[in-house]
Amino acid sequence: MKIRSLALAASLATVALATTVAAPAAFAQAKEQFFPVLVYRTGAYAPNGTPWANGYVDYLKLVNANGGINGVKISFEECEFGYATDRGVECYERLKGKNGGATLFQPLSTGVTFALTDKAPVDKIPLITAGYGRSESQDGSVFTWNFPLLGTYWVGADVAIQALAKREGGWDKLKGKKIALVYHDSPYGKEPIPLLQERAKMHGFNLTLLPVAHPGVEQKATWLQIRQNRPDYVLLWGWGVMNSTSLKEAQATGFPRDKMYGIWWAGAEPDVKDVGDGAKGYNAMALQHSAEPQSKIVQEILDKLYAKGQGTGDKADVGSVLYMRGLISAMLGVEGVRKAQERYGKGKVMTGEQTRWGLENLNLDQKTLDAMGFAGVMRPVQTSCLDHMGASWVRVQSWDGNKWVVGNEWLQADDKLLRGMVLNASRKYAEEKKITPRTPEQCKL
Amino acid sequence: MIYRENGQFKTSYGADQQIFPIAQDRYLVVAIIAFAFIGVPFLADEYFFRAILIPFLILSLAALGVNLLVGYCGQITLGAGAFMAIGAYAAYNFLIRVPHMPLLGALILGGLTAAAMGILFGIPSLRVRGLYLAVATLAAQFFSDWAFLRIKWFTNESSSGSVSVSNLEFFGLPIESPVEKYIFCLAILVICALLAKNLTRASIGRQWMAIRDMDVAAEVIGIRPMWAKLSAFAVSSFFVGIAGALWGFVHLGSWEPAAFSVDRSFQLLFMVIIGGMGSIVGSFFGAAFIVLLPIFLSQFLPALGALVGVHVSTTAASHAELIIFGALIVFFLIVEPHGLARLWVTAKEKLRLWPFPH
Repeated sequence: MKIRSLALAASLATVALATTVAAPAAFAQAKEQFFPVLVYRTGAYAPNGTPWANGYVDYLKLVNANGGINGVKISFEECEFGYATDRGVECYERLKGKNGGATLFQPLSTGVTFALTDKAPVDKIPLITAGYGRSESQDGSVFTWNFPLLGTYWVGADVAIQALAKREGGWDKLKGKKIALVYHDSPYGKEPIPLLQERAKMHGFNLTLLPVAHPGVEQKATWLQIRQNRPDYVLLWGWGVMNSTSLKEAQATGFPRDKMYGIWWAGAEPDVKDVGDGAKGYNAMALQHSAEPQSKIVQEILDKLYAKGQGTGDKADVGSVLYMRGLISAMLGVEGVRKAQERYGKGKVMTGEQTRWGLENLNLDQKTLDAMGFAGVMRPVQTSCLDHMGASWVRVQSWDGNKWVVGNEWLQADDKLLRGMVLNASRKYAEEKKITPRTPEQCKL
Repeated sequence: MIYRENGQFKTSYGADQQIFPIAQDRYLVVAIIAFAFIGVPFLADEYFFRAILIPFLILSLAALGVNLLVGYCGQITLGAGAFMAIGAYAAYNFLIRVPHMPLLGALILGGLTAAAMGILFGIPSLRVRGLYLAVATLAAQFFSDWAFLRIKWFTNESSSGSVSVSNLEFFGLPIESPVEKYIFCLAILVICALLAKNLTRASIGRQWMAIRDMDVAAEVIGIRPMWAKLSAFAVSSFFVGIAGALWGFVHLGSWEPAAFSVDRSFQLLFMVIIGGMGSIVGSFFGAAFIVLLPIFLSQFLPALGALVGVHVSTTAASHAELIIFGALIVFFLIVEPHGLARLWVTAKEKLRLWPFPH
């Protein structure tokens, strides 16, 4: 009885402590550029979240190993949110003021991006969403703090349709074709729909929308519909375990894998590895890069970090698709800070506001990228006030049963179509939120 | 000694039947409320407001609503998340579709819509009870998941299915800063808690409890089960709906149906069970336990590791958080099946005799 009440008292005290101690002590650390890292290394999406997080953190470590950003060392802290929007927001609130203030955030979740889009302007912290997020946030005059660098889902959808048209032998051949979109039923999966509908109107193909509920392990009904409808192509907009399940279901229903095209989040090793031969021929978009274990930057990381036992993850995963995306995401953030230092003082710690300017005036040409070790990995990125995306280079890669094989042809989204849609959507957003878009003069500030 | 009520004479029925008949209780509650309104805004920082206090207040309100239904009327529900979603989306639609709709009006209309849906989904309770009812209310959850994902009109044709609100104001006062949001939520919570407490003391609450304890006997003594059960569903859904609207409007700002998934329903039910069924204060304890403990653990474990010189990886901390959290739930349910509220009652009884227990 005594022990029982003691234990009870102890755990009650812990709960009471939780209410009082949970506030973090904001200890100031001078002269370090603080990068908060929102990750999901646990939960349904961990197989995909983990390599991204490893790449992200490894790059930050590499920058420090090379002496920091013009001498400014980077500090970073991970916060696990398990792809849950509310925990992601909690992580954001926890980290934004730490260590002298967050430089920027990269949530790797479209849901969290939506939630943070309203908070970023208030807190003056830029939001990089490399390859995801809100498509209309490309318009920097309205979305001052959002940077969907390298590509948005509208780019992905547009390029996918272009690839199909090429394969069929011309835009007119798409007429009457049936294309099904199998998508994760969340803001992430729904993002490409407006563009696909626009394209369907333009070229006369039939678009079928087939949502899959989170986390995506139950797809029998979806694939039954595909079996009945017999679409010519399936676009796959999945994340995490949903992708491999889709491929397995395609195998079970006998849908040809080479007629499936995945977005770049459905085109990494965790998505196909378990399916192995069953995924042979499956195509996916490659956002700039694919798996790049031979690239110079990866070799440098292996030499400087993993050889000394300072690597974050498993050595075998270094250079995989999502690892590279995490690495490039971190690189873009770091380069934003570097650019900002050119204007606000080299060797100084940049605030979120200053970093925002750096990201908006980012200009990474091929020479710079090659010098950094990204030769063959990336093409140039140049942002401006009106274009927060900077580049929209995509290739198509396909899985040969063992590895991703990237096609030679570089595709780009149709700028005319994209621009019109982005402006429409961003103006609508500005109206709703009562934002006055920045004029070209204000952009120069 | 601290808690002795000697010398407090009650000379009227009013004095005897007030909410807190013992003076110490009254002072304590008034002090806590005063501190929450006046003291906390000076003490807490932004993180504390945004990540801890505001979610705690809103989920307390939701747990309070669920407790009215589960704890007081004995109708187990697994559809609380659905009613939060209905409240949030209804309030959102009233706010954007009706010109000049004030925030408070939208919240109350959202709550009323949730109440109406609550009555609808409460109808099965007239025929089934216990676990079967829990399964029936789960239908509400799946229905709302489906409706808010599929019916575009509810989300104002938003292409991503995510809706957002901004520029909130209350009779001209902006609700933007964390302190303003906190005070707003706190005020609503205090009013709702007072309302709930009085409802449970009034004839309607007694009817609920009679139904909970034995519905056949209640019917024999003249309580209409249909009226009692459906009113419990309506009132509970009203509170839960307002909490849902606050969760969307004030806490998240922009949300998708996943914010009100079945996980949320389970979470609310656990709050009630851990906090104490049939106890208003238990709702607060339960909400505190479920909201604060995971956040505390996720910060405390790495700090503890650093203290003893071990680097706790994010993954390890996250797994440990779930393990410890689960273990604590089991522990509390074994040691005190009546919830944290019962511990509080026991503590009060001990304090009455302290320091000379016999």
